[in-house]
Amino acid sequence: MAERDMIEVKGLRVVAGAAPAAVTEIVKGVDFSVRKGEVLALIGESGSGKTTIALSLLGYARAGCAISGGSVRIGDVDVLSLDAKGRRALRARTVAYVAQSASAGFNPARTIMDQVTEPALLHQLMTKDAARAKAIGLFRSLALPAPETLGERYPHQVSGGQLQRLMAAMALITDPAVVVFDEPTTALDVTTQIEVLAAFKKVIRELGTTAVYVSHDLAVVAQMADRIVVLNGGAVKENGAVAQVLDAPVDAYTRQLLAATRRPEAALETPPQSGKHVPPLLEIRGLAAGYGRLDRFGAPAVRVLDDVSLSIARGSTLGVIGESGSGKTTLARVVAGLVDRARGEVLFNGEALPAQLSRRTPEQYRQIQIVFQNADTALNPSHSIADILARPLAFYHHLRGSAAKKRMLALLDLVKLPASIATRTPAGLSGGQKQRVNLARALAADPALILCDEVTSALDTVVGAAILDLLAELRRELGVSYMFISHDISTVRAICDEVIVLYAGHRVEAGQRDVLAAPPYHPYTGLLVDSVPALKPGWLDARREINAAALPPLGESAGIPELCAFRARCPVRIDGMCNMTPPSLKKLPSGAEILCHHSTSELNRLQTQEAIPA
Amino acid sequence: MMSQPTNPHVPHAGTELYDVSRDELVADSAPPGEPTPAPKTGVLKRLVHRFSVLGLIGLLLVAFWLLIAFVGPLIAPYKGGALTSTEIFGSYGAAHPLGTDYLGRDMLSRILYGARYTVGLALAAALLASLIGTFFGLLAAVSGRWVDEILSRLFDAIISIPSKVLALVVIAAFGSSITMLTTVAAAAYIPGAFRISRSLAMNVMSLEYVQVARARGEGIFYIARVEVLPNMIHPMLADFGLRFVFIVLLLSGLSFLGLGVQPPNADWGSLVRENIGGLSEGAPAVLMPAVAIATLTIGMNLLIDNLRRRGRSHGGA
Repeated sequence: MAERDMIEVKGLRVVAGAAPAAVTEIVKGVDFSVRKGEVLALIGESGSGKTTIALSLLGYARAGCAISGGSVRIGDVDVLSLDAKGRRALRARTVAYVAQSASAGFNPARTIMDQVTEPALLHQLMTKDAARAKAIGLFRSLALPAPETLGERYPHQVSGGQLQRLMAAMALITDPAVVVFDEPTTALDVTTQIEVLAAFKKVIRELGTTAVYVSHDLAVVAQMADRIVVLNGGAVKENGAVAQVLDAPVDAYTRQLLAATRRPEAALETPPQSGKHVPPLLEIRGLAAGYGRLDRFGAPAVRVLDDVSLSIARGSTLGVIGESGSGKTTLARVVAGLVDRARGEVLFNGEALPAQLSRRTPEQYRQIQIVFQNADTALNPSHSIADILARPLAFYHHLRGSAAKKRMLALLDLVKLPASIATRTPAGLSGGQKQRVNLARALAADPALILCDEVTSALDTVVGAAILDLLAELRRELGVSYMFISHDISTVRAICDEVIVLYAGHRVEAGQRDVLAAPPYHPYTGLLVDSVPALKPGWLDARREINAAALPPLGESAGIPELCAFRARCPVRIDGMCNMTPPSLKKLPSGAEILCHHSTSELNRLQTQEAIPA
Repeated sequence: MMSQPTNPHVPHAGTELYDVSRDELVADSAPPGEPTPAPKTGVLKRLVHRFSVLGLIGLLLVAFWLLIAFVGPLIAPYKGGALTSTEIFGSYGAAHPLGTDYLGRDMLSRILYGARYTVGLALAAALLASLIGTFFGLLAAVSGRWVDEILSRLFDAIISIPSKVLALVVIAAFGSSITMLTTVAAAAYIPGAFRISRSLAMNVMSLEYVQVARARGEGIFYIARVEVLPNMIHPMLADFGLRFVFIVLLLSGLSFLGLGVQPPNADWGSLVRENIGGLSEGAPAVLMPAVAIATLTIGMNLLIDNLRRRGRSHGGA
């Protein structure tokens, strides 16, 4: 090694717990080094110690943890031997940190400029004017809109993706030698994520910063990093260049991670069609719903869903895709009866399903079950798992005593949980276990339809993959149908038969799962599909060239609410058409229905042409 | 917060989905499948185990006074109202451990008898206030907008009347009796309990497990009782303790003004007032009931602080 490494970590050990009590080692002797200007990725699932290691680069251990051994050198500084003052100076100039949740990292009561320039002013590194000028330069480098005036705004006035980039600006304002990114894009939509990643990559390259990028997403890491360190259980499993780790992984755990990311598409099992005239299990026609007071025409103040139609056949799975705010969750809540609908009809088993919960029959209650995204809040913390599962059994099936217990154990077995878990409360379970209990509770009702609202989003890749497998297995065995809501195209592809795409409450596309596989598709679907990071280096750079192209100009819009909602972001919009007339429903050769002005051949031409550079 | 919610108490199993080794929560409970008797057996032990030293002191003080309220008259050396000595404002001694009052009555016996009024009255009033307040708070949270609106405005109206002035007026008008005192003290603190329980219940109502229960088709009373109440009981207990202290002080204050428990019976507040003449001599007759009030309130506060801390560390609702 000719030149000295920028960062050198040797035998790093971090323990949790104070010395007299039980001590758990959470980082077990980690070594790695990063050259100047290089980007290193720390990858692993939650609990693998990746954030703990990243924080130790700042000489920091979280409350309850302590760095117990090893050395961390940044430049010429031995970080761990510094006193409190030295560490403060280190964090001022040498190392900066970008946290996962930008919205929690900003003070809502102060302007963005105040907060972005604060590190520089606090450590008296530059004058106020110089700091402002530098911040504006950084805003420009990070491709933020209106860099001159952005600083005057408050954090709630910018989007989540912009806030995340502002967080990076805050870290970069002091010209640190090393920047630690801690899962900066995990909470963002794919379409936002790509913008943020591109901005980060550009600014890292421009400034020649050395960076450590912490993530659990291999595909993201493949775009950002030069080298990857794979962590599991606080130990390094693999350390190598991106191409080597992705193409020729040495360690078994790395292979497992890769397999969970590159999910093979399950063979499409068409559910047995018994007879031609069986009504679909769930059919929704022209649904509109929202929140707030209804106006004169019966439309709610905040429209979340507008003219959504779908149908789910018995035993099949419908995927609902969209960004956050597209109305996916509201759709599930309308079907579950938790949100009133303004217009449209919902047929369940060919019969009209009352909008209000109180008017549904016990049988309808039983047949529709909902599973929420956040297993932490979906299980009552003061009940034991046995109580949680016993209630639907008693409520729907009047099972009590030993019969209920037997059924409960069978359910736990069905979701592959040990019987011993029954006496615990949810606090004693891991995230994946809680999600399984959540599923078991829905299954206890013996339902026909389960509404799955982002059930794997809060879970690690490997755990999430296990839950998906479980869902597929349950469907085979019990013949339940799912409405599977997700923002993640790859999970939807892995489990669903049919797919609908929601944008701002409008159903812009509906069709078989295959519609996601290749063009032509709706321009928005295209954007979603193309925004999913591919597991190969260089993908982001190729994408960025496409994204850099300006959107076609669009004139003033006519005041018709039915206009295409996507026109503001559409790369193929047509002036005089998209802003004047509502799009009509078109059928593509694949059988998919889309809401777009473009013809099939036109879309095909545009999208294949676009896909070539990628 | 939408991705990977972090809760320090939750062990993340990662790939070890079938990890059963983290069994510390099940360790002290019955074999699987018999969930109901499990929490009861260890509850006291766990309570004592969980309390800090200060909390334990508080618990002991409160338990002591509760015990005295029940057995006080049995262990008192003299009858409560009996004139036993010729010496007024007597000092500590073998015959009268806590001295004598302004009529020469045994102070220890007076305090032991008085505990029944102070602790019992306050306990009854606090229980009444908390139960009624919690009931209506829950009702407001689980039922529709109109019920909530009506109940809330009603209690707002009650809040707007200063409670001590109301108590004075009511007692001056109707005379002082035990039931009247209890009712007045309870009425003064019901709106506060309602406010707190309603907002707690509202928070719990927005959580997903309540939504699941609603989607399951459960009635509002099941949701209130089973899903909501257990998750707001800790803050409500803390609130109960606080109200108890306030009521003790309110009743003592009323007694001090001569509107509380009427002679010859006396609660601790009346004892202080009766013997206020001995203050200049430093007589135990005035100090001791004050010490009794202080220990009860401080003890209760220590206990509450501890309950609060536990409630918070559990993430509340």
